[in-house]
Amino acid sequence: MTARVSRLRQQGFLLVWLVLVWNLLWGTFSWANLLSGVVIALVITTLLPLPTVETVAAFRPVAAVRFVGRFLADLVVSSVEVSWLAFRPGTHRSAIITVQLRTDSDLLLTVIAEALSLVPGSLVLDLDREHSTMAVHLVQVRDAAHVERLRADVLGMEDRVVRAFGSAEDIARLDAPGTVTPEIDGTERMSQR
Amino acid sequence: MSAADVVASICLVLGCFLCLTAGLGLVRFPDVLNRMHAATKPQVLGVLLVMTGAVIRLTGQPIVWMLVLVAVFQLLTAPVSAHMVSRIAYRRRHVRRDLLVVDELGTTGDTLPARPHPVHPEGDPDADEPADGPEARPTR
Repeated sequence: MTARVSRLRQQGFLLVWLVLVWNLLWGTFSWANLLSGVVIALVITTLLPLPTVETVAAFRPVAAVRFVGRFLADLVVSSVEVSWLAFRPGTHRSAIITVQLRTDSDLLLTVIAEALSLVPGSLVLDLDREHSTMAVHLVQVRDAAHVERLRADVLGMEDRVVRAFGSAEDIARLDAPGTVTPEIDGTERMSQR
Repeated sequence: MSAADVVASICLVLGCFLCLTAGLGLVRFPDVLNRMHAATKPQVLGVLLVMTGAVIRLTGQPIVWMLVLVAVFQLLTAPVSAHMVSRIAYRRRHVRRDLLVVDELGTTGDTLPARPHPVHPEGDPDADEPADGPEARPTR
């Protein structure tokens, strides 16, 4: 029963979103646009059904504002950084690291991966869903200490996303002792598994 | 020229400049993974700034909402496409390994590569062979 309820809720979100996009495309709000949007949204959701995705567990406005604000600031910083790399003579050194995340939710991992690909100087290469391990390409690193700092940035991004949209269990997992901390280096972590 | 015009012009010029650096990065960066960084960060912020400038100048017209949609979809789709391209590039070994400080994905052999990566300064000559990975193996 709950599965059906969540499916209906998700369909509702999708319908509202499609109607909204339709109205934005027309640029003006009118009842004709609204009605035609509803019809088109119904046709789309009926003809092209999507697999069920769990919806966001919670929405905490303060944490969400913190996430978005930090995201925009990071976007500016990393854009300037990459622009400088493009103009600067000579080459830079990159790194590929794997980061053990503490989240176990498809949707949250998607949000984290999307955000990570835009900031902070990182690009998601691969995600091991079973272990919640993310492989990230870092555009510019100087040395091993810098790598660890950037790893902490990745975990910080996870922290902000989960605190904004995650369920209570997800947040508890962030705070739980014994989860992987950025101080442990990569090789040690891999042998622990 | 009002203050709004000045802000709009600054946004437009800055956005265009960022898009230019994104293009420059695509040409100058050493490998696919680095190029994808150029194609996401400065590119997305550049488009966002151009859209902001345009919205300020065009306030009150229906087209504004379409520009908002452009910005939203740019934010949603750019990371996904960059991820897909770089993932394939990594699996196909289009990576300058001499420029990597560490490669934890390659050393663990955990998720992607099945055999150790040979070091080739100018990119792997086998790069266009089938990718490493379980699904690349013939199943019998």
